Amino acid sequence: MSELPYEIVIGLEVHVQLKTNTKLFCRCSTAFGSPPNTQTCPVCLGMPGSLPVMNKKAYFLGMKTALALHCGIPKFTKWDRKNYFYPDLPKGYQTSQFDLPMSEEGYLDIKSTKDEFEPRRVRIIRAHLEEDAGKSIHDEAAGKADSRIDLNRTGTPLLEIVSYPDMRSAAEAKAYMQELRLLLTYLDVSDCNMQEGSLRCDANVNLHITTDDGVIATPIVEIKNMNSFRSVERGINYEAKRQYDVWQETGKVLGELPKQTRGWDDSAQVTRSQREKEESADYRYFPCPDLIPVVVTDEQIDEVRHEIGDLPAALRDRLESEYDLTTYTADVIVNQGLGFVEYYLELAAASGDNKLAGNWVQGEVLRILNDLEIGISDFGVSAAALAELLKLIQAGDLDSSKAKDVFTVMLESGKSAAAVVEDLGIEKVDESALEDLCRLLVERNQRIVDDVKNGNEKAVGALIGQAKKENPNVNPGQVRQICLDIINSL
Amino acid sequence: MSIIQKTATEQLALLQAGELTSVELTQAYLDRIEQVDGSIGAFLRVESDSALQQAATIDAKRSAGDSLGKLAGLPVAIKDILCTKDTPTTCGSRMLEHFQPPYNATAVEKLLSADAVILGRTNMDEFAMGSSTENSAYQTTQNPWDITRIPGGSSGGAAACVAADMAPLSLGTDTGGSIRQPAALCGCVGLKPTYGRVSRYGLIAFASSLDQIGPLARTVDDTALLLEVLAGYDPLDSTSVNRETPAYSQTVHQPLEGLTLGVVEQHFSEGIDAEVATSVQQAIQVYQSLGATIKSIEMPHADYGIATYYIIAPCEASSNLARYDGAHYGYRTDQAEVLAELAEDGSDEGPLVRMYRKTRSEGFGSEVQRRIMLGTYALSEGYYEAFYLKALKVRRLIRQDYDRAFEQVDLIIGPVTANPAFAKGEKTSDPMAMYLEDLYTVTANLAGVAGISLPCGFTSAGLPVGLQLQSAPFEEEKLLRAAQMYQSATDFHSRRPELS
Repeated sequence: MSELPYEIVIGLEVHVQLKTNTKLFCRCSTAFGSPPNTQTCPVCLGMPGSLPVMNKKAYFLGMKTALALHCGIPKFTKWDRKNYFYPDLPKGYQTSQFDLPMSEEGYLDIKSTKDEFEPRRVRIIRAHLEEDAGKSIHDEAAGKADSRIDLNRTGTPLLEIVSYPDMRSAAEAKAYMQELRLLLTYLDVSDCNMQEGSLRCDANVNLHITTDDGVIATPIVEIKNMNSFRSVERGINYEAKRQYDVWQETGKVLGELPKQTRGWDDSAQVTRSQREKEESADYRYFPCPDLIPVVVTDEQIDEVRHEIGDLPAALRDRLESEYDLTTYTADVIVNQGLGFVEYYLELAAASGDNKLAGNWVQGEVLRILNDLEIGISDFGVSAAALAELLKLIQAGDLDSSKAKDVFTVMLESGKSAAAVVEDLGIEKVDESALEDLCRLLVERNQRIVDDVKNGNEKAVGALIGQAKKENPNVNPGQVRQICLDIINSL
Repeated sequence: MSIIQKTATEQLALLQAGELTSVELTQAYLDRIEQVDGSIGAFLRVESDSALQQAATIDAKRSAGDSLGKLAGLPVAIKDILCTKDTPTTCGSRMLEHFQPPYNATAVEKLLSADAVILGRTNMDEFAMGSSTENSAYQTTQNPWDITRIPGGSSGGAAACVAADMAPLSLGTDTGGSIRQPAALCGCVGLKPTYGRVSRYGLIAFASSLDQIGPLARTVDDTALLLEVLAGYDPLDSTSVNRETPAYSQTVHQPLEGLTLGVVEQHFSEGIDAEVATSVQQAIQVYQSLGATIKSIEMPHADYGIATYYIIAPCEASSNLARYDGAHYGYRTDQAEVLAELAEDGSDEGPLVRMYRKTRSEGFGSEVQRRIMLGTYALSEGYYEAFYLKALKVRRLIRQDYDRAFEQVDLIIGPVTANPAFAKGEKTSDPMAMYLEDLYTVTANLAGVAGISLPCGFTSAGLPVGLQLQSAPFEEEKLLRAAQMYQSATDFHSRRPELS
């Protein structure tokens, strides 16, 4: 953002809850929303003598994600304990991965269809597995110091994806999150529900400010609690301004202050200091002696690689190059998810018109999905049925307005396009009959003719209404054009 | 001869022949406990009612002709570190005084499915940290051979109850010598299996990479029988190893031909008690007379065993014991006191942190606190490489020493401890002296190999001396057969302490 007196430098740490039925180290359910502490066992409660056993599914979902992010998969990876005391961490340590993560060095490409930023390759430092902590619920009502702990979430598998500080604006950070979420959805490895916490984002933000003495960097701040794409964007922008103000006031640069953690307060739209923990925190990482290292073979990696289907970036390219769609349309379709893309591909194939199919899914279909707040899998008109409607349009049997009417009825009744056309009594109007009708109307309406002749083309609209009364099947656009032609020839 | 003086193997034969009922046998042990445990203090809790109930159930199964497990009707004592469902499991600590796990340790499950009778829970050093059982939060245990002396530790109760005929079999755990050392000092047999041979699930962790559950008994064949029941892969313990369990009790009486035993010279040069050295040397001669070849071997890194152990074990312990924070289960300090204290001293420490601090200061004994601090320090930034990582490297070198040794010899033979049982209180104020009790035993834990302690003599004061045999990983069968050869040629195992 060239107009700003600084450059924002952003790296994201994203925590993804992996879609496993059971937890990372025990067989408790990972389902969201159950009554507190009902999905627990001696292992995730950290009871004495209990031992963890790795959930292989979680490891392979992690690997699938890492491969899709173009990461390398080491053949040997191990588990480490991150030691700290907190009531929602019943063992007193989190089982995570420290120096030998399960994947390293990948990237995710982002671009903006609205030209908010130049296309960028955001490099990934690592993606590693770890267990989630529980939830502390604090009742801060006056006179009460009551805290309750729900350990249902404890032990849920998380993949932590750490990017390099490659992003240079809040819009890029938001786009990264959106693209990552889309990728995870295509991979079917996570529910990606930010509200439920299955996709969480912490941002490390600082500024590079050009001064007379060269470029200085402000102290790095980690922002937590950004629970929506919008709050990622707003939180970072707020924090950038705040850091600039603080720098102007204090002149403190990177290294002169400890790394700070600030939480995004969505209701107040500010970041607030949480704790300056990093200066004193020493997690005393060491290899977890209760778990054996994970050793994978090339065959296993290849097997997982083969499970990866079409991914968003490749599909966008394909829709543009092979289906001749605009960048924008391709982006809209791909961003709806794999089911939507498949719907489009089927519609394009069955209708034989890639562009018309693109316009319809991007327009009518998406509008309905948004109105009804449903996904494509719950959509009532199959691609094959919609293709029949599109064929009627291509044959000139229906104009777009009529086609939309038919579509609406198809959606309500579940009937085929042909059946709805018949029900509605829509018939193609013969062109000479239409011309006769237009002539008749022009003759009857001298005042409109005069208006048009005087330069008011809009006046012809009244004739369209009259034409519709005479024959509901007429194409308004055609009526308009024919009437204008007749008037102009008078 | 009273029934309780017979070995477990002999008792089992009588039970199977219908000449003895489990209720009779269990009652005989309960009577013995009643009679002598007042002076020994081996048991923290005797579970008389449930033991007699279990015994009656097994007797009924036997008379009904039902199939029975390998230990059917035999009483077993359990170290209070193994979780038993819905009954107290204290780990010798105030911290777990009222803790009742909702699950059984796998070892306990295996005992139950082998139709053993659980007699009660034995005393131990708190969280298995100690070599004298004086670190128990509840009571001391006296050595049955001289009640002014300690029984060893941390499985002091487990060894003392077997030595004093209060149980034919017992379960202990060994992190640095905690089965072998008390077995040696109490004159019974104790075996530390190869790391991974017995599931650790439900064993309250001290140092996860070193802990193993193992059997204590009066004789080698009884030890073989109990190990056979305990051993085996457990899907609940990732570090347990998926290997067939040999039928130890079937092969234990087969002597080994052409046995080669390795002797480490350092074992006899570092202030070892002369009488202990003599007994062990004589044991080596017994093996020679049985046809074994004795070979001198080098263990160049053995001298670093204690230093390495006292880095790795406390590091793991500092993390394993973090869970005892008062938040979820076990001891919690009084909340009102926390708030009152904070109000008084004006500290800016939050009530949560003060609750942690007070709970752990009050719930843990001083040795446990010392080790948590040692471990926390050694894992801290700036010290990790110098201490923990270096210790891991030495640990690997020690394992290599063993690997090289076992290329040349079948087993390593030597002492278990440098001295016989010491007087109560003698080393409580000198942690280093106490730590040196593990001198000959810790390397087996660091390397993950198996070791057995068996009686090989008595000092002039009448205190037992232990002989240690160590084998390559998963060679327990060899270990037991070699031990049985010695036992068949000697009678130290059959001597009993005199108790009033």
